[in-house]
Amino acid sequence: MDRIEGMNKLTGQEMYLSDTPMADALWVMTVRSPAPRGQITGIKFANSINWNQFIIVDYRDIPGHNEVRLIALDQPVLASDYVRHIHEPVLLIAHRDRNYLRHAVNSITISVDEDEPIFDYRVQPAASQIQYNNDNCFRDISITKGDTNAVWGSAAHIVDGIYETGPQEHVYLETNGVEAYVDNGVVTVRGSMQCPYYVLNALMHSLNCKETDVRVIQTPTGGGFGGKEDVPSMLAIHVALVAINSGQRVRMLYDRDEDIAATTKRHPCQVYHQTALDREGIIIARKIDILMDGGAYVTLSPVVLSRGILHAVGPYRCENVSINGRTMLTNTVPFGAFRGFGAPQTLFACERHIDRIAKSIGMDPIELRCKNYIKQGETTSTGQMIRDNVNLENILDKAIMHSEYYKKHEEYIEHNKNNTWIKKGIGVASIYHGSGFTGSGERELKSKVRVVGLNNGDIEVRTSNTEIGQGLLTVFTQIASERLCVNPSSVKIISPDTHKVPNSGPTVASRSVMVVGHLIERACDALMAKIVQCKSDKIVSTTRAIIHWHTLNPDEVLDGIAVYQTPPGISWDDKKYKGDAYSAYAWATYVAEVEIDMRTFRTQVIDFTAIQEIGKVINETLAKGQIQGGVVQGIGWALYEQCKYNNGAMQNCSLADYTVPTSDDVPSICVSFLEEPYAYGAQGAKGIGELPMDGPAPAIANAIAHALDVEPNTIPLTPERVMDLMNHDS
Amino acid sequence: MTHNEIHVDSIEVTTVINGHEVLLCIDPSLRLIDVLRDKLELTGTKEGCGEGECGSCAVLMNGLPVNSCLVPAFQIQNCTIETIEIVDPGLLQPLLKSGAAQCGACTPGVVMTGEWIVRNPDVLDNGNIRELMAGNLCRCTGYDGIINGMQDRINQDLPGGIE
Repeated sequence: MDRIEGMNKLTGQEMYLSDTPMADALWVMTVRSPAPRGQITGIKFANSINWNQFIIVDYRDIPGHNEVRLIALDQPVLASDYVRHIHEPVLLIAHRDRNYLRHAVNSITISVDEDEPIFDYRVQPAASQIQYNNDNCFRDISITKGDTNAVWGSAAHIVDGIYETGPQEHVYLETNGVEAYVDNGVVTVRGSMQCPYYVLNALMHSLNCKETDVRVIQTPTGGGFGGKEDVPSMLAIHVALVAINSGQRVRMLYDRDEDIAATTKRHPCQVYHQTALDREGIIIARKIDILMDGGAYVTLSPVVLSRGILHAVGPYRCENVSINGRTMLTNTVPFGAFRGFGAPQTLFACERHIDRIAKSIGMDPIELRCKNYIKQGETTSTGQMIRDNVNLENILDKAIMHSEYYKKHEEYIEHNKNNTWIKKGIGVASIYHGSGFTGSGERELKSKVRVVGLNNGDIEVRTSNTEIGQGLLTVFTQIASERLCVNPSSVKIISPDTHKVPNSGPTVASRSVMVVGHLIERACDALMAKIVQCKSDKIVSTTRAIIHWHTLNPDEVLDGIAVYQTPPGISWDDKKYKGDAYSAYAWATYVAEVEIDMRTFRTQVIDFTAIQEIGKVINETLAKGQIQGGVVQGIGWALYEQCKYNNGAMQNCSLADYTVPTSDDVPSICVSFLEEPYAYGAQGAKGIGELPMDGPAPAIANAIAHALDVEPNTIPLTPERVMDLMNHDS
Repeated sequence: MTHNEIHVDSIEVTTVINGHEVLLCIDPSLRLIDVLRDKLELTGTKEGCGEGECGSCAVLMNGLPVNSCLVPAFQIQNCTIETIEIVDPGLLQPLLKSGAAQCGACTPGVVMTGEWIVRNPDVLDNGNIRELMAGNLCRCTGYDGIINGMQDRINQDLPGGIE
């Protein structure tokens, strides 16, 4: 099935927020902190501007809590007297003329009596830099399995290594934008977002109002990648405050430089691995320390750390594991959700480390992986038994065969002997990704889906999950139409509007198709149960049965509702970090080939193979698109995308200076799927969207290691970094 | 000789937009994208970065792809401008089939550059599709969906191709 809204997008007819008429709405902009940390001592408005023409809102205009409601309540909606990061919102100003408004923002001077900031998450903070608890640590998590110390002494090999990954900007092509108006007393916010109910909850908390007094409507969203998971909550409160204050319709649309400078990035991360192996190359014990930069406020950092820790050991069995993770405060714009959510960072470290181990003990990295892959019936670091059929060797074999790994491995060694200027290498990474919320998350979300049968026989699917480019409208339509045996054209996926759809949870964590899709199937079943008596020899089609039901039950509503239930046998202990961390996992092996120009030290990926087992492919074109797009984001993170900071502020806030891959920077991504249907996912599907973010960086780094005989343990591997590696290692 | 400071609020520009000759009275500081989106309500052209890097706002100016965020509106005097609103539907079906559109924000610009290549297949002598499309950033597709759709469309015009 083709993408449902595809033609609207190809013709430019899709109406994003910025495409809908402004009419007489006011533009809103944010006045931000110029300093990374300190007391606000004054706000000066330049005399050259007649400020009476502006609506100006500050923290005193917040009717409820001055907190952006998420996990912790530490982040203010608008700073009152103290700021903790540069670009922190302090004031909102509104005016009809957007250009004049831009000029006005620059005519306000905020004075800050600065305290000593901390920028490096890896160093112990001085007493004067402590700002959270007594150690600046937002969250620490430990996992212990078996007894690492007991077996450590018996190891034949012990290999250690430190790995670092940098921040990454989402670069969704549509920047963040929201608008607000008060409609019959209901504060209504429309905008680009992934999670309408997160926004709703944040509005209720800060506006001090009931659920019925606010309404959140998603507009077509031009990309998210996690960047529109938590960020829109703050923007929504901002526009709501100005709408309430001015009594007018108001709109806020971040310019690209503001969006890059002031919104979240992927968490920077440092991982220290120590691994003990026996003589045969079997891993017997692992000690892993993980440190993440959380930025100035907690936001989603605890859950990002959690997912990072739960993926830190990679797809390998090990009976003795000790993992410690901490996420630290720095006076930087908060880091937040980004596709993969902590797992790409720790999987980079894990898979780079596996290659280092192989080199150190003189074993083929492929063989080392095969010897240690986790198998059905074995347990993960949290003691979760892998119940489903998993055959990592099969996935690896396909990847090796597709990429002609061994042939090229030898060819490139020969090539590199004979070529001074162009070096080639090939590298592998094996990865896995837990689908859906971590641990007890899905149980606590209690997601709800409603399917309605209309009196003309059409079907409405009501969920709060958002189409953000991943193809959700199309796949949800396929799931509902196939479950009900109706024509896809009679299924309508209702656009998320908190007055119309139940809370089926956020559109994150590869959960929409597996978890919510499965709820759609169950809601369809509930609806079918109601119309079963309407089916007969004469009425065989679902559509006609629905119409018949309505003639028998005029003025009544025909619907089916499903609420999340934990699959049988799944349990999680959040205190001990033991049990079933995820109800299902997707598995993959990726192979990258690189070419490095030794005159410029620029690395180019020249071939890429991605083989994955994702349960069930519901729509091949869309599934391929997810993998290919994710891989290219991964290539960007591995090689080209670098956030440069000075005094806590990102310096390269433009697409000229922050370089994402173009079509000419990447090869065609060869994608192939394997299927092991998962009983509690829609049609057997597991998560897919984040997997391709996990594998490219370690595969590429391993390929560079092969090409240059260096240890590329820090990404992005920019030309400068590759040059340093060559200088240090030669 | 003294210079008097003259402030111009509005200038007249004659141009052909999507086949219609129009006379615009516009602020000379406006960009072409502002004229299209705000004055003419041609919102199919999207703004991604405002600095000519992403290509989302690509339109054809005298048949050549330009980033409309970098074109001062006064420069379109006596030019022919074509936007996504009149693009040839022949290109769209292959792009739909190949998965060229995901979030859709870069898509109109991609289609306009694609349209330029389809109309001028000779440009493929100087570079392949990947090179020619490098001015259009896409963060969703990884480009395969776009490149494959373009190739399918171009193949239709080759001798023996399916039309």
